[in-house]
Amino acid sequence: MTTVTTSFTLNGKAVQADVEPRTTLADCLRHKLQATGTHVGCEHGVCGACTVIIDGAAVRSCLTLAVQADGTQITTVEGLAPNPTELSPLQASFRKHHALQCGFCTPGILTTAHALLSEEPDADEERIRDVLSGNLCRCTGYVTIVEAVLDARAAYAKNTKHAKVAR
Amino acid sequence: MKPPPFEYARPASLEEAIALLAQHNGDAKAIAGGQSLMPMLAFRLAAPSMLVDITRIQGLNSIDIDENGISLGALVRWRDIERHAELAAAHPLLAAAIRHVAHYQIRNRGTVGGSVAHADPAAEMPGIAATCDAEIIIAGAQGRRSVRAEEFFTGSLTTALAAEELIAAVRLPTWKHGRRWAFEEFARRRGDFALAGVALYYDLDTDAHVVDPHVGAIGVADRPIRLKSLEQLLAGRVVDEALVREAAATAAASVSPDDDIHAPGDYRRSLLGVLVERALARAAGLQLAEQA
Ligand SMILES: Cc1cc2nc3c(=O)[nH]c(=O)nc-3n(C[C@H](O)[C@H](O)[C@H](O)COP(=O)(O)OP(=O)(O)OC[C@H]3O[C@@H](n4cnc5c(N)ncnc54)[C@H](O)[C@@H]3O)c2cc1C
Ligand code: FES
Ligand code: FES
Repeated sequence: MTTVTTSFTLNGKAVQADVEPRTTLADCLRHKLQATGTHVGCEHGVCGACTVIIDGAAVRSCLTLAVQADGTQITTVEGLAPNPTELSPLQASFRKHHALQCGFCTPGILTTAHALLSEEPDADEERIRDVLSGNLCRCTGYVTIVEAVLDARAAYAKNTKHAKVAR
Repeated sequence: MKPPPFEYARPASLEEAIALLAQHNGDAKAIAGGQSLMPMLAFRLAAPSMLVDITRIQGLNSIDIDENGISLGALVRWRDIERHAELAAAHPLLAAAIRHVAHYQIRNRGTVGGSVAHADPAAEMPGIAATCDAEIIIAGAQGRRSVRAEEFFTGSLTTALAAEELIAAVRLPTWKHGRRWAFEEFARRRGDFALAGVALYYDLDTDAHVVDPHVGAIGVADRPIRLKSLEQLLAGRVVDEALVREAAATAAASVSPDDDIHAPGDYRRSLLGVLVERALARAAGLQLAEQA
């Protein structure tokens, strides 16, 4: 089986992987790069668990080929915290508001919310709910997730250092 | 599931992409945003021997507005339409319809060209193309040709595009100032494909008579359709409550959607009537009385 090399920046580090062209970015992250924070639920674009940030935009990593990610900058849930012992403001807000239970959906929701607030730090509740419609959570009922994202907005307000958190 | 195996190429030009498609005798497929093709591959509904990634071809992602109309490059993404400063005024119907397409993450990748080529009967962009007399600009080995949207969509997920051709752009005629319009759709959840949808617009003469009505519907046939009997009914009339009710009945009677896993055909037919009623009332600025 022919393989090709794909190279990109993952959470600030240059990485490369030899993959079959059919390998999704989600599988490349999890199986080739051992970055298992990104979860895979449906594998056809419906659940949002696999959301990662490519060049600043939240996208489904199950609907993106690893070869298509060549040359891009990727942020996964592993790239949100500033260091292994500290949570990002968004993550801290999720903890404070009990915005997760089983945690399966959480990586996709965190990356989605991080991309949203980085682009639109003043997103209102309606916008947040609209955006989160692309992420299924079978546990929380969403109320605490929306509260956590609303509460994290201050950390993304323009011109603060957090607005530049790991793009 | 995982996609079946295929080769992958990422040409830098349209000519190169077309040549690659031609070399594979119909067995190669373009990939743009991948937001429809990747699910098709995952379900093994498509198994091309090669994917030709067109996303890095220059010059296909611009939105141009001039006196001849609006041109949307094939690689224009839903997010580009959503964020374009002038488009909401230059074509409010397009902007309103595209707000209903999919979710945030999918909107960051899905493209105009991909949606039109995929030709889902419930998709918004094909619906707008059919409603607005759009021209699909197609590039092939012989150069460019242009096909009217109504002839372009030939059935469910089928179009007039040949295997070795690519969509370069979609052209919409100029939007007239002061036009009456509305877009209405119903989906079970935010971002889902519509169960049915209606796009309509018309101009008014000095006596408030309807001039040049265009009414299109999605989700009620094997392709986006124009509701010609409804257009005939509306032409030359003044839109009042009685006409709105008559229009709803005319619309519902003019379609015969099939039953499928999402809804029985009769449900979609009835829904179309409701949506036409809402859309026409909204376009005309009418407040309808509640019906028993
Ligand atoms: C969960 C989910 C919900 C969705 N909801 C909606 C919705 O509500 N409304 C809606 O309209 N869409 C919806 N979509 C589909 C989405 O809008 C797609 O982005 C779009 O239909 C296809 O665009 P693409 O660029 O991703 O195309 P791709 O998936 O890359 O390609 C689709 C097809 O078009 C062909 N193609 C692509 N570009 C060209 C070109 N330039 N020339 C010729 N052929 C080309 C490909 O070969 C393929 O056959 C949804 C998708 C998902 C996963
Ligand atoms: S695994 Fe990608 S959207 Fe469900
Ligand atoms: S916390 Fe369990 S799916 Fe969201």
